[in-house]
Amino acid sequence: MNNSPRAFLAELVTAAAAKLAELKNASVPVIYVGCATCGRAAGAMDTIAGFNEALVANGIEAIIRKVGCLGHCYAEPLVIIQNPGFPPLLYQKIGVGEAGILVRSFLKDGSDPCYEYLLGALEADDNFPTLMDYPRYLFENRVIMEHCGLIDPEDVDHYLAVGGYSALAQGLEEGGVRVLEEIKAANLRGRGGAGFPAGRKWEIARNVKVFEKLVICNGDEGDPGAYMDRTLLESNPHQVLEGLALAALAVGAGRALLYIRTEYPLAVEIVERAIAQARQKNLLGSKILGSDFSLEVSVFQGSGAFVCGEETALIESLAGRRGMPQPRPPYPAVSGFQGKPTIINNVKTLSTVPSIIRNGASWFTAIGTPGSPGTAIFSVVGEVEYPGLVEVPMGVTLEHLVVDVCGGVKNGKTLKAVQIGGPSGGCLPASLLQTKIDFDSLKESGAMMGSGGLVVMNEDTCMVELARYFTDFTQGESCGKCTFCRLGTRHLRDILEDLTKGVGSAEDLQTLQELSEMIVKGSLCSLGKTAPNPVLTTLRFFRGEYEAHFAERRCPARMCRSLIAFYIDLEACARGCDACVACCPTEAIFTTSNRKKAIDQEKCVKCGECVYACPPEYDAVRRISPPSLIPDQGVKPLIEEEKEEK
Amino acid sequence: MAVLDKEELAVLKAVADELPEFSRTPSQLIPVLQSIQKKHGYLPKLVLRLVADHLQVTIARIYGVATFYNQFRFNPPGRNPIKVCLGTACHVKGGEIILENFERRLQIREGETSADREYSLERVACIGCCALAPAVVIGEKVEAYVTPSKVEGIITEIEVRKEMAAREQQRNETAASTNE
Repeated sequence: MNNSPRAFLAELVTAAAAKLAELKNASVPVIYVGCATCGRAAGAMDTIAGFNEALVANGIEAIIRKVGCLGHCYAEPLVIIQNPGFPPLLYQKIGVGEAGILVRSFLKDGSDPCYEYLLGALEADDNFPTLMDYPRYLFENRVIMEHCGLIDPEDVDHYLAVGGYSALAQGLEEGGVRVLEEIKAANLRGRGGAGFPAGRKWEIARNVKVFEKLVICNGDEGDPGAYMDRTLLESNPHQVLEGLALAALAVGAGRALLYIRTEYPLAVEIVERAIAQARQKNLLGSKILGSDFSLEVSVFQGSGAFVCGEETALIESLAGRRGMPQPRPPYPAVSGFQGKPTIINNVKTLSTVPSIIRNGASWFTAIGTPGSPGTAIFSVVGEVEYPGLVEVPMGVTLEHLVVDVCGGVKNGKTLKAVQIGGPSGGCLPASLLQTKIDFDSLKESGAMMGSGGLVVMNEDTCMVELARYFTDFTQGESCGKCTFCRLGTRHLRDILEDLTKGVGSAEDLQTLQELSEMIVKGSLCSLGKTAPNPVLTTLRFFRGEYEAHFAERRCPARMCRSLIAFYIDLEACARGCDACVACCPTEAIFTTSNRKKAIDQEKCVKCGECVYACPPEYDAVRRISPPSLIPDQGVKPLIEEEKEEK
Repeated sequence: MAVLDKEELAVLKAVADELPEFSRTPSQLIPVLQSIQKKHGYLPKLVLRLVADHLQVTIARIYGVATFYNQFRFNPPGRNPIKVCLGTACHVKGGEIILENFERRLQIREGETSADREYSLERVACIGCCALAPAVVIGEKVEAYVTPSKVEGIITEIEVRKEMAAREQQRNETAASTNE
């Protein structure tokens, strides 16, 4: 049995484990910097430069490694420092300055671990609070994201050392049928949003008697507000590749593609490197791990069309055509790309596969609910205290996710609604926060799982404006094939746009409702079928807000710019403070005759910058709706008054 | 116009050299267009004709595909391409206002390039940095937590860097001429 896949893998793992152990037991400090796109956006590359400079200046030898994303996006740039004699410590918001301080006080003297920047220790220890003590970690159940942010995505040995590719080796020994049976027993439902059982899809393709078959990893994450696919591809690409290889094994495919949108250049780069490394180690390519199974893997870059997340549209774009959905059947699993059976699974679905094969179906079904087993990853963003990626078991409530795991709404404001599932999802009011997160409960509430974007909104977000935003998005992304989707969403958008300007009537609300229902019925693919969801749910739960817009020409959330105005409360304004004047992009703020400040309504573009610029101890800028309520404070600019005096 | 034509000609020659690397199947269309745009920044009109000949598809089909996808552009980008993210999180946090500020500051509309080709302005659906909203991409760099006053700062920074580079170049040139 010496040349069995598992024995083959064991050799690779031994070498990889030794390499990782060497890093873990290094005699010099090791600095891991979170360098996924979000980390880079927050300045991680500058942080690395800062560390390098400080290390050289202080004559310290250390190793710097780039890792992926831990999901704690609110705390980026994140840095883990493994200083010999200490447990690995996770630091938050480390810029260039902080990097210098850490090197001087922690690495050079070894005395001060800089508690002020510390988020927590990664291992239990007497002196440091560990991350596991935080509510976020306590409530989370990291299956897919287990290694994200902790291993180097650009080194296959890191993944091998933590048990990577063992599921593939096991699958190769037990055969594709066993893999298929296990996934079916686990009832893994597609994480792209629709929730179709992956096992059943695979079985259809397996049973087609065609020699050439194809598996595709769908990484065309077009939902505004969702970025978990990107994070997985950037932080643990080999886990996706392993899942892809297992899927190919289960259906009997010899070719695999990763369809990644071109807006994710870092993900493309990292995945391409991962494929090359895996091929070099014989984890992909011909006769994988000494078995008879071969798989050619390549990357195809999508070019920016939301509808290409839909599988038939995705196949069209692969063929070099416009990404327009095609009627089903035939389902791609029977006849897809170039007429060959084609399996398309989301990044998250494929990332889940290795853990199911490794731990067994019963382990998986024990997590989550009977109808929707496993975990769900959400990107919780918007007005929440700790935005980022969280992985929770299916079946927990929305309230638990938003309040317990992510710290609730920012700045002590109240939660008004959550928008779940992106442009195709719905808006749920605070009263429905007890809704459980699983495919079926969410559908019942009028929203949907979607790809897992969750935007938390406080009282300052206008629901009419939000519905307009999503309709504008889907209208722009409609491929144009179905009239209801092409023209219907446009009509919806136009009505909503008028409403945000205070133009409309009760009849318009009726039109919105009826038109929405018709778009759902008259569209071929899910883009059209779900496009009216934001309109329907906001109409249902926030009707009063719609009515205020046209009946009173008032935006209750004070967001729609045609219906609001800003003014400065002279009572609260301080003499001599120029904060608002300095920040105003249109120079609309002037000094009044009593040396306080006022806003020229003609020039004001209502950007609201002065609200944030005004020092909190004065808090003098007011936002009101409707604009007619603006009080006449009888102010004159100082310059005019001086002129008059002359 | 004359300058552009010259530039277009250069792109044309370069593409003619690159095209043979791609097989002549219509399914190569998107990768071919992506490769041209990656190298040259945009898809000049005449180049599309070359592509049509190489892949043996109609030019109408190429236009159909290139206009369908958001990625492709037919005008040269500015030296400092600015992309304002308008994903959900950025929208909720005022992305539209940021875009407006760039439009006002640069005196160009979204989708346009400034006359001196220094800046171009675009809106993008989502760059996936939602926790750091509102976000803007300047060249390759993502700017997080952008505010209207930060817009001013971003442009000023570019201008200052440009000026410094010009001064540096001038100094080098004077040094070179004195050395001679």
